[in-house]
Amino acid sequence: MKKKGPLYALFLSLILLLPGCSSLTVLNPKGPAARTLSDTIILSIITMAFVLAVVYILYIFVLVKYRAKKSNEGYIPEHEEGNKLLEAIWIIIPIIIVAFLSVVTVKSTHAVENVADEYKDQKPLVIYASSSNWKWHFSYPEEGIETVNYVNIPVHRAVEFRLYSFGTITSFWVPQLAGQKYAMSDMLTTLHLSADTVGSFIGKNSNFSGKGFAHMEFETLVMTDQEYTDWVNEVKETAPELTEDEFKGLLAAEHLGRKTYSSTHLTFSPPPGDHGDHMSGHGSEDQMENGNPEHIDNKDIHPSPEPSSQTEFDGEPHPEVEQPLPSSDVEEHTHESN
Amino acid sequence: MDLEKFKVHGEPLIYGAMISIALATIGILVGLTYFKKWGYLWREWLTTVDHKKIGIMYILAALLMLFRGGVDALMMRLQTAAPEMKFLDAQHYNEVFTTHGLIMILFMAMPFIIGLMNVIIPLQIGARDVAFPRLNAVSFWLFFMGAMLLNISFVVGGSPDAGWSAYFPLASIEFSPTVGNNYYSLALQISGIGTLITGVNFIVTILKMRAPGMTLMKMPMFTWSVLITNIIIVFAFPVLTVALALMMFDRLFGSQFFTMANGGMDMLWANLFWVWGHPEVYIVILPAFGIYSEIIATFSKKNLYGYKSMVFSMVIISLLSFLVWAHHFYTMGQGVMVNSFFSITTMAIAVPTGVKIFNWLFTLRKGRITFTTPMLYTLAFIPIFTIGGVTGVMLAMASADYQYHNTMFLVAHFHYVLIPGAVFAVIAGFHYWFPKVFGFRLNERLGKHAFWWIIISFNVTFFPMFFLGLMGMTRRMYTYSEETGFGPLNMLSFVGALGLAIGFVILVYNIYWSTRYMPRDTTGDPWDARTLEWATPSPIPAYNFAIVPKVKSLDPFWESKQKNVPLYEDKITKIHLPNNTGKPFILGVIFFFLGFFLVFSMWIPAVVAGIGVLIMLGAMSFDRDEGFYVSAKEVEATEKKLRGETV
Repeated sequence: MKKKGPLYALFLSLILLLPGCSSLTVLNPKGPAARTLSDTIILSIITMAFVLAVVYILYIFVLVKYRAKKSNEGYIPEHEEGNKLLEAIWIIIPIIIVAFLSVVTVKSTHAVENVADEYKDQKPLVIYASSSNWKWHFSYPEEGIETVNYVNIPVHRAVEFRLYSFGTITSFWVPQLAGQKYAMSDMLTTLHLSADTVGSFIGKNSNFSGKGFAHMEFETLVMTDQEYTDWVNEVKETAPELTEDEFKGLLAAEHLGRKTYSSTHLTFSPPPGDHGDHMSGHGSEDQMENGNPEHIDNKDIHPSPEPSSQTEFDGEPHPEVEQPLPSSDVEEHTHESN
Repeated sequence: MDLEKFKVHGEPLIYGAMISIALATIGILVGLTYFKKWGYLWREWLTTVDHKKIGIMYILAALLMLFRGGVDALMMRLQTAAPEMKFLDAQHYNEVFTTHGLIMILFMAMPFIIGLMNVIIPLQIGARDVAFPRLNAVSFWLFFMGAMLLNISFVVGGSPDAGWSAYFPLASIEFSPTVGNNYYSLALQISGIGTLITGVNFIVTILKMRAPGMTLMKMPMFTWSVLITNIIIVFAFPVLTVALALMMFDRLFGSQFFTMANGGMDMLWANLFWVWGHPEVYIVILPAFGIYSEIIATFSKKNLYGYKSMVFSMVIISLLSFLVWAHHFYTMGQGVMVNSFFSITTMAIAVPTGVKIFNWLFTLRKGRITFTTPMLYTLAFIPIFTIGGVTGVMLAMASADYQYHNTMFLVAHFHYVLIPGAVFAVIAGFHYWFPKVFGFRLNERLGKHAFWWIIISFNVTFFPMFFLGLMGMTRRMYTYSEETGFGPLNMLSFVGALGLAIGFVILVYNIYWSTRYMPRDTTGDPWDARTLEWATPSPIPAYNFAIVPKVKSLDPFWESKQKNVPLYEDKITKIHLPNNTGKPFILGVIFFFLGFFLVFSMWIPAVVAGIGVLIMLGAMSFDRDEGFYVSAKEVEATEKKLRGETV
């Protein structure tokens, strides 16, 4: 049976062609979140390889043995209704496999939606990442600085990204450090990551957002603690302040290079409420969907500049809402806290 | 100023397309006039209510769209074949991948399947027609006009460019100010209404018009799959109708359902879209399971193994298909609980699907397998679709999906599911039922050539994408830099796409060659098949069955051949048939203009066309059609002529 020959030759050569596993970014993690995901993926590949093997062996066996040939000419196969036992086997075994993978999924999803175990005792460094047109804005409320199209983080430190968008839906993704998450205009999402090694990692938007989508990348530079502190201090001393006018200019621009500022846009253009606020607006305060108490605690620890705790945005916002949605044409509203 | 909106600017490619469309149109018009075929076209096709002819028109339209979507695919693969390619610019690329998705799913896979079911279902259940023949014509013309409306967007005003899923706010007037997404909302709306009508029509046909003796559990598997598919259509398409209507209000009338301000919610669109969109995947795949079941049974000379569990698994899949939509946006930040729920329901679909795979394998076991072209596609489906299936389970794991979401891994997965699961199926079904409809087989040698080109090239095209995804390449990128290292695998993928194109060209050449040279079949049963459609002569007379068959078992035709049980017990009597009508076609044309005027916000003509639609609907509801009778004598004569013998 020549049928499978070319296919297998092809698959084999494809695998050999691959320039080694290290170029498979997703399977080359540099932090606990990405490592959990990489382990999950490899585990699922092994499980699925087993399923494939069973099907392929049965398939080849059946095709070779029961193909029409001279020796079985005139053979009329019998009527065969099915077999309860066999059918039960191929219902129950897949159910077991699915159950096993479900447990893995729930555990790993829970793990990456929270601060990694190794960093549980730390207070996460909060960075607001927002997208506009085809660029990324990174605001560090604790340090009072802001960057465009690059983000520096200290190594061995829990980092909590809070994502939102000044326009279309984008997806924030640093494949070697963590899985992606959407940044949307009407709610705040949270992404936890931490890096185990210093180095530069590519980050990108992975959700199609229009003309400039293909170029919407940023650098994530992981630094030692000392380097990070030095960098922050240098920014505070040398970089210009981010005024509201300047920020409006940034929002309007389609593409930009790197920029650095010694203040953040959060004070005059606050992010939308987070998913928890979203839910609580509908009266389920004790059951936060995000299920991350630290995230909520953090709001109290950092009251300023911490606009999200004051945002009254909920599921049914109306024009009178005090804190407007972040959008480029908002001019007269200013943040009233502090 | 108004004229400016119609113009598509820029590229030589688009001007080339305009010129070729104009030349083709002129060619067709001149040809029809020269050969004096206008009357023939009107009488035999445009006004027909015969389910077989409507089916053929669906399939022709689908084949055309396959080539349109295929050219889109080639352009995309060429543009990404090497880093920094300059073949298409970003805007053009975005339009190309958006229309590729829309056309392949909605205007190729679906109509191809609806075409096959139009031709085959009434025959397979021993019926003379569908339940509502005139409504069936309405369905077709609405689908066709919707498809045409989307297709002219390429040269008039610009195509939709926000992806086939058209996520808001990207698809809103603010971020996508061209008329492209107006076309999206209206073309899909018009053809979607047609599909919904088909759904109702076929549910009624299958439930009410089966031959005497054919209980539900004696229905052929293809009929079962079509019944379930149409039930899904009836539940899913109203969601699309509503979503598209809201989209149209947002884009044309300034409402703000999905915008960023004033209470609009962008993810509401995503939810509505996928509440329809996920079942839609099963709408195109379940009938494929039916087609494969028929072909496997025929060419291994066996009845289907585990018939009951096959039916049951399809019912389970159809229920689960409505419970998994949020797996399309695990990364929305909906939390561990919600993601886990959708992960588990999604993975659960693997269980009934696995049941089907094993039942097919056991149908083959102890059979006598002949490798005809339709059987080859069916056999190729099993290993390839299994890869699609297992990668589907991998994607279903919410955590892992954080790394696959929107990458080429996903693109590879759904092509590994949809191409064997829908495209191979319709090609297999096309080869399998072709002699039934036209009275001669397609050439086997050419068929196998095309098969090998398509199967091998398919894997060369899409397998590298799994690795590209794991390398971090996102979908819908029109270009990338050298340093990313995406180049070599993309080039390989482009080579595969060229091979696929060659395969499809051979397939079409086969149709041409076979029409000219293949010997005619007078038996009506060239494959020694099992189900009722093969009991009619080929080509099938307008009334299908001279005598309505009596069904006593699953595979009644096989039983009657094996055990010499007579299928027909009654005498030939006169047969009632419906008259042709031009109203569905006219309604379709008016709908086309209504859509076109709305796309360009031309309100006065739109209102006029809207009134036209209402008038046509009124005219059709008050239309009395008595139909006509074919006399018993005439039926006998036709049967004799078609069989080449006495009945």
